[in-house]
Formats: sequence, C-alpha cells, structure tokens
Amino acid sequence: MSSADYTRISGGTVYDPANGIDGVIKDIWILDGRIADAPSDPSVRPSRNIDATGLVVMPGGVDMHCHIAGPKVNVARKMRPEEKRRGEVLHRTLTTHSGTMGSVPSTFATGYKYAGLGYTTAFDAAVPPLGARHAHEEFEDTPCIDKGFYVLMGNNHFVMQSLQEKEPQKLKAFIGWLLCATKGFAPKLVNPGGVEVWKSRQGGNVSGIDEMVEHFQVTPRQIITGVTQAANELRLPHPVHIHCNNLGMPGNWETTLETMRSLEGHRGHITHIQFHSYGGGDGDENTFNSKVVPLAEYVNTHPNVTIDVGQVLFGSTTSMTGDGPLGYFLSKVYGGKWFSSDTEMEGGCGITPIKYRNKSLVHALQWAIGLEWYLLVNDPWRVVMSTDHPNGGSFLAYPQIIRFLMDRTYRRDVLATCHPMVRERSTLMDLDREYTLNEIAIITRAGPARILGLPNKGHLGPGADADITIYTPNDNKEVMFEMPRLVIKSGRVIVEQSEIREALIGKTLHVQPHYDVEVEPSIQQWFEKYYSIRWRNYPVDLSYLHASEVVPGI
Amino acid sequence: MAHTASEVTANAEGLKVIYDATCTFCGCVCDDIDLTVQDNHITEAKRACVLGKAWFLNHSIDDRPSCLIDGKPASLEAGYDRAARILTDARYPIVYGLSDSPCEAQRVAVSIADWINGTVDTTTSVCHGPSGMAFQGVGEVTCSLGEVANRGDLIIFWGANPAESHPRHFTRYSLMPKGMFLPNGRKDRTCVMVDVRRTKSAKAADIFIPIKPRCDFEALWTLRALVKGVELDPEQVKADTGVEISVWQDLADRMKAARFGVMFFGMGLTMTRGKHANTEALLALTKDLNAFTRFVSKPNRGHGNVTGADNVVSWRTGYPFGVNHARGYPRFNPGEYTTSDVLSRCEADAAMMIACDPMANFSQPARNHLASIPYIALDAKETPTTRAAAVAFTVATYGINTGGTVYRMDDVPIPLRPAFDSPHPSDFEVLSAIESRVKNILGIRA
Repeated sequence: MSSADYTRISGGTVYDPANGIDGVIKDIWILDGRIADAPSDPSVRPSRNIDATGLVVMPGGVDMHCHIAGPKVNVARKMRPEEKRRGEVLHRTLTTHSGTMGSVPSTFATGYKYAGLGYTTAFDAAVPPLGARHAHEEFEDTPCIDKGFYVLMGNNHFVMQSLQEKEPQKLKAFIGWLLCATKGFAPKLVNPGGVEVWKSRQGGNVSGIDEMVEHFQVTPRQIITGVTQAANELRLPHPVHIHCNNLGMPGNWETTLETMRSLEGHRGHITHIQFHSYGGGDGDENTFNSKVVPLAEYVNTHPNVTIDVGQVLFGSTTSMTGDGPLGYFLSKVYGGKWFSSDTEMEGGCGITPIKYRNKSLVHALQWAIGLEWYLLVNDPWRVVMSTDHPNGGSFLAYPQIIRFLMDRTYRRDVLATCHPMVRERSTLMDLDREYTLNEIAIITRAGPARILGLPNKGHLGPGADADITIYTPNDNKEVMFEMPRLVIKSGRVIVEQSEIREALIGKTLHVQPHYDVEVEPSIQQWFEKYYSIRWRNYPVDLSYLHASEVVPGI
Repeated sequence: MAHTASEVTANAEGLKVIYDATCTFCGCVCDDIDLTVQDNHITEAKRACVLGKAWFLNHSIDDRPSCLIDGKPASLEAGYDRAARILTDARYPIVYGLSDSPCEAQRVAVSIADWINGTVDTTTSVCHGPSGMAFQGVGEVTCSLGEVANRGDLIIFWGANPAESHPRHFTRYSLMPKGMFLPNGRKDRTCVMVDVRRTKSAKAADIFIPIKPRCDFEALWTLRALVKGVELDPEQVKADTGVEISVWQDLADRMKAARFGVMFFGMGLTMTRGKHANTEALLALTKDLNAFTRFVSKPNRGHGNVTGADNVVSWRTGYPFGVNHARGYPRFNPGEYTTSDVLSRCEADAAMMIACDPMANFSQPARNHLASIPYIALDAKETPTTRAAAVAFTVATYGINTGGTVYRMDDVPIPLRPAFDSPHPSDFEVLSAIESRVKNILGIRA
C-alpha cells in the first residue's frame, strides 16, 4: 500500500447526499482517478494533500439535459456570428485552445466553461442517429467533461411501424440495436409523432397525445407507452427521456399530465417540464397561467416519474430543438432567422434566436413556473436543475438559479421587477421554501446521476469517479457557485479558481444493451429501402470514441 | 483517429473487393461503391459515376518523394521541422484548403492555426462562402438527401449543373428514386431547371427556364412577390429577368401546390452578380413557401469534404470559414480573413496549403504574393502549388489510401473505407507531426 499514489482532500465540509453525508467535516481519499477508502495503515501518507479546511466539498456537477454537440448545435454556432462578435471570447493559452461564447459556445469553450463551473459530466439531449458520428467527433473536441447523448426515437419510422404492426418485441430489439449503433446513452422522445406530421405537410403537428399520426396510424400515446415499456424491459440505466407534445402552448399541462399517465407506472423522465406546465387556451396571452400545482401533485405521488426543469432566464439566447414544428412556431413569434432541417426516417430540427423579457407576461411566467417546479416537488431526488441549455438560458446561469432557490428575498426582489400579473397567475410569491446546500447537491449532481443510472457519478463513496468540486462558502450563493476554488476530474486538478490547469479530454458514456439480434435482418431490409446511406456505413464504431465507458444496465 | 475497418473479401490471387466504399470526388459522397483491387490498383469501381470511375480507376500513387524541401527530396522529419519553423516564425500565417481532407486532419489543421495565432480558411470561401453568409442572415429550411428521395415531388435546380458536376445526384437522391411517398419515382416528380444556359442537366428537366445572366436576384424576388400575391408589372419582370411573368407565375403556382418542394442551387447562383444576396433571396423564398406547403433548399456542394470543413471549423471556432486568430481568439470576417483576399493584399507572410491548388486558380496578385512567401503544401499529386512550395508533402489519397470521416453535402457524416496502403503519409499524419513540433517550439502543453 505504501507505494500507492494517494491524493487526499482534507478537512473540507463534505456534502455527499447519495451516501447520507450532509455537511460533515471529513477527508476524501483518491487513488487511480477514483474515490478510495482511507488507507487502513495510518502511516500511509498521500502524495498530494489538498487542504479544504473551511471549504465545501461536493461531487462534480452532472448536467442531464443540455445541447452541446452534434448537427443542430453546430448549425446554431454557424448561424449566430452576431452574438459572438461582442460576446466573451476565450483566449488561447499554453494549456487551452481558444474559443467563442455567445449562447452556443464552441466545443473547447463548452468543456472549459462546464469545468470552470464545477460540472464534470454533461449529456446532450437530442442527437438524430444519422448525426451520431458527428456528435462523437465534437465530443472528442469537448475537453474536461465526461459526456454522452440521447438518441432521437419518437418520430423514427421503424418505431412507429413496429407499433402500428403491434410488434413490441421488434420495437424493443430496434431500440437496443439503435443505441448500440449510435453509441448513445438513452432513448429520447421529442414531440412524439408530431415531428413526422410536420415533415409531411404545411404547419403539421399533433395537438394532443391521442391524435393519430397520418400514414403510420399510431398516436403519440402509443409511442410513449410502447417505447417506455420496451426501454424498461431492456433494463437501460435511463430508460426514456421525454420532451412532451405541445411544448410552449397555452393549455399544454393536460398533455403533460396525460404523458406522465401514459408511462403506466414505468420509469420515465419528463424533461424541461417548465415549458409544458401552462394553463390557458387558444394562444391567448390573457389566459396564460401556471399549472405547476396540479402537475407537481402528480409527480409527488408517482415515484416512477422524474423531471428536470428547463429554467428560463431573462435575456437573449438561441432556441434549438428536435421539435421541428416548435421551431417553426417560434420563428413566427420572433420573426428572425430560422433554421429547420428534417432528417430522413428519424426526426426534425428547428433553430431560431429568441429573447426572454421580464416585462413580458408570458416570459415572466415561464421564469416563475420554472422556480415553482423546484419549490413544489417535495423529493429533491426527482427534480433536476436544467436550463435546457441554451433554450431557457445558458448553463452558466446555474449559480444564479441556486441563489433563487436558497434565497427567497432575492427571488422576490426579482419577481418584483417582472410583469405584475405573474403574482396572480403563479404561486411563486407564496412559496417560502429555501433549498439547503444538501438539497442543491442533490438537484445538481447526486439526483441526476441516480436518475441516469450512473453508478460512478454524483457521489463520493469508494469506487466513484474522483470528480470533485470544492467551493468557497459565501452568503451570496451565486458568488459561491460561479467560481469553484478547485475542480478535480478523475483525480486530477483541472481548474483552480476558474483557470484551467489541465484540460483532460474526458470520456464518452454509452450503453450496450442486449437485444434480439434476430430482428436485424428486418431492420436492414427497411433501412436499405429508404435510407440514403448504406447499412454498413451507418453504425458508429468504437474508433470514434476517444475514451469511453459502457454504463451497465440495471 | 476514427478509422472504420473495410469490409473486404479477398482471394488467393491477391484480388480483393471493398464493399460500400465511399467516393469523395464530389459532395454527393456516394458510399455504395464496390472496389475491386489488384496489386495496389483499383480495377473496378462498381456503381461509381463517370467522375467517380475516373477518380478510382486512374488512381496511382505518385512515384515521388514524400517530402521535398525547396524542390529537393528530403526526409519527412526534416520537412516537419522546416514546416513548423516556417509557421512559428511567421507574423501572419494562413492555413487554407481542407475540403479534400478528412475531418480528422481538418481538426489538426485548425489546432495549428490556433497555436500559431494564424488564419484558417477553407475553399468554402471561393465556392459556397456566400451561401454561408446568406445562411447567417436568414437561416435555412433544409433536409437530408434521403428526405428528398422519399418526399420531394417538385425538384428545382437553380444555377446548378448536376449532370456534369454531381452525376449521380439525379439517380441517388433527387429525381429517380422510388421513395416512400413517391412510389413511381421520376413519374411522381416535376423537375425545373433555372439557368442562364442549357446545360447537360437541362435534358433531365420537365421545364427549363432560361434567365438573363446576372439577374438571379431579380428573378428570385419576382417569385417571392408572386408567391405572396403581390402584383407586378409584366413588362418590368420581363425586362428584369428575361422571362415572361406567366412563366414565373406558373412556377410560383407549382411551388405552392407541391407537397414537398426542393431547390438545389449551385455556384451559378452564389458566384454571379449579387452573390450572398442571391442566396439570401433563395433561402428567404424557401422560408416564405413554408407558409403554403413544405419546401426546402440545399446548396450542391462540390468538394468531397467541404461540408466537413465547414463543420469542423465551426465547432472549434464558432465560425465556418475565414477565421483569424491574430488576437489569440477567433474572429470572422469574409473579405478580410478569406485567403484570396489576404494573399492579394499581400498580408500573409507564410502559408500552409492543404489539398488545394491556389497557384492554379487564384487571381494573379494572390498567386504572385503566394510565390513570394514561404509556404507548405500537402497534396497527393504534384500541382502548381506543390511545385512552388518551400516544403511539399506528397500525401496518401483520402478515401483510397486512408480512412477518416467526410460530411456529405447535407451534413451527414460518412466513414471512408480505404482500398490499399500508400507509401506516403496521410495528411493527418503530416499535420499531427507538424503540430507536435509547433507545440514544442511554442511551449504549448494542451
């Protein structure tokens, strides 16, 4: 043991909620990039001691829903030179590449900024399978963090066809095959069925989860229920990640409620739920209101459901989504430039610049609704911090959100600057709850790691990846969280006081479920009939994964 | 570096077949070519078009040194050292080309430009650069090529001549395929060509609209007006576009009546009078049409991996081409940081030309200046550019001798399946070796 190369973080106040540690002063030992038990031999000395006395120690942050790599993210970078020219830039140094920011940072900038914020793992939320190779190539240029992506499936023709033909085993095998072929992490449903309708006719979409999708004769509900069931049977670590139908529409809360019901008790994650919690009708701003109370009631009583928020922050950003009809809708609202791209057999995409204004009733309500979600879900293990970066705002806003949650006076001060009707249309003014540091540690790392089924992330128990963030306590929690004292990734110090010390490349997390390979010939037959590339050239092989880890099923 | 193993069958006589190899000759990036290889020679390229056959069957490995310094054979090591010196000694180095290299090599080239505070630019700046700028102005409504095959019932080519530039465009993607919603293939589609002259492609069209040269902008705005029901003066339209208003009205009606319309455009639009304003008009027209039906548009990109170059430069710097790092971070300004401009204004004092031939196709002032500065050239063949280079590397040919990734014109990434080895290094290997020396010289630890 004496030859072992230990690092010790000594004397810090540790928040490790997954292991029931809530602000306890204790040492953390690291060996070979992982958290280790303290050596039993008291004479063993660490090669490096990091004195964290007076500092707060947490696992590295885990962002379970952001848009950081792949075809649409890159289109958004290309499309928005105007916000980069005046925006922050990252200078090239002896240890780092240069980069640009704006609402959609370049790849290196993305990695450095996440690390600088104390986040060490992030998942891109929507990659079309045909663009999987692209996402992996960008990941190799996104340093400092571990990463993975969700694979768009909710409008996949094979998925809909299997459901139409009532072939659940075929569907299950297809999901397994597709995850392996793309080296993806989880199935993602985006406006299930609705994007296919958008691809087939002007202004097309579905308006509810029981509307029939033309040509395939299936409903969004059937897609949600079918994929959820199949993914749970595949024992995936994160079975299904759902962007509901009717995003952003007044009155959409009923669709969201029905979507949660259609999980039929299986594990399922509803993402950026803030955008799906609206009352009112007919696109009428005067009736727009918050429906978090009844939806949170459902979440509170149904442990199979987890959510992330998709918090909106005031300011300019870029909307990017696999929800093609939503992109069209937003482009009409804002009237600016609009990108839309349909991917054969698989999905769609919409991108447009947007701005959230605190004086707009709708925008201010969106902001308030996001905060209501954090404050109305009782179990912090089932609500996760997200801005749906960059859709609601940048991931760089997380420290500000933490302050909103830990400081009700600050929250109310900002509420007072918003459109006055927000106080009547939401319950935010009446919510006194303030998060504790332990609860913040849950919604930013321990919770998402557990929801994603990542055994080595989000905690500081022996065997976990030694991804650790050390903060300097401050009464202003925004200040505390925006500039960690130290960030440690795989046991190495990568950031000190927001300066990058070592730009490790990180690894890609993906799944490799067992599926019935007998189904492959029928997938191939379908594929060769309709795709514009060859079957053989579709799967992403391991050579595209710079460093990787297969996350086991449950 | 990504390197997809080739699917191969081989027999005792040393004859082997590579299935589903990818042709990088043009932006179609056909990935269904079966290559028969004997004794380091491709004897058959099944399914390749006339250009692809020429690309594969005429491929031979140049019997010349892998490295020449000042025109004299040299070791690779000496070449790498000299190249790194040239780049690090320069005050305004420029890295250019990239569109006939795989993404893996492009990424290294962008890194080098970053380390040396240089400018990085691709051949996009002399082909569809204006399309990229138009895109930044209005956005784009588009799709993958399989969507065109499965849904497109009105196919319009504007200033493009795919019969000669992208020979399999019609059969693989745009006109002939029997798609999911077009069971009868060509019979279910209408094809319209708009061009200043009757090219070979015009034969494939149901309707050919010969417009007056240099009036694409006016023609597209005429269509935008007619689509929106704005009344126009017929005489003015005829005078502006050289075409009767009734022809434009008929086209506008067809566009609105199509189920899924597609406009492919070429350099006949982007490199004629109006440039990015033309493309902006076309992209805006496409957007307008989505108020009536589904409509998309797409540039017919030329080089095999020019689309990959756009993507790589964008994800690493935030901008698609013409990126300057002189201040230590990326800045973008077409016209200022694009290579032909930088050279013709005599600004660059060193260059690295990767898989491109500016000495053959740039303006005289740009060529004169390039000839006067030390530069490095990477190419599989001897070209005017390699001949005048301070350091010239003969590299293996991508897609034939080396693997990697290329992006089809619709941004779909496709792996390469090399047929046989080359004695020359790949551009990835050359660039990586130069990069490591550059980093050593500059003390970069990243």
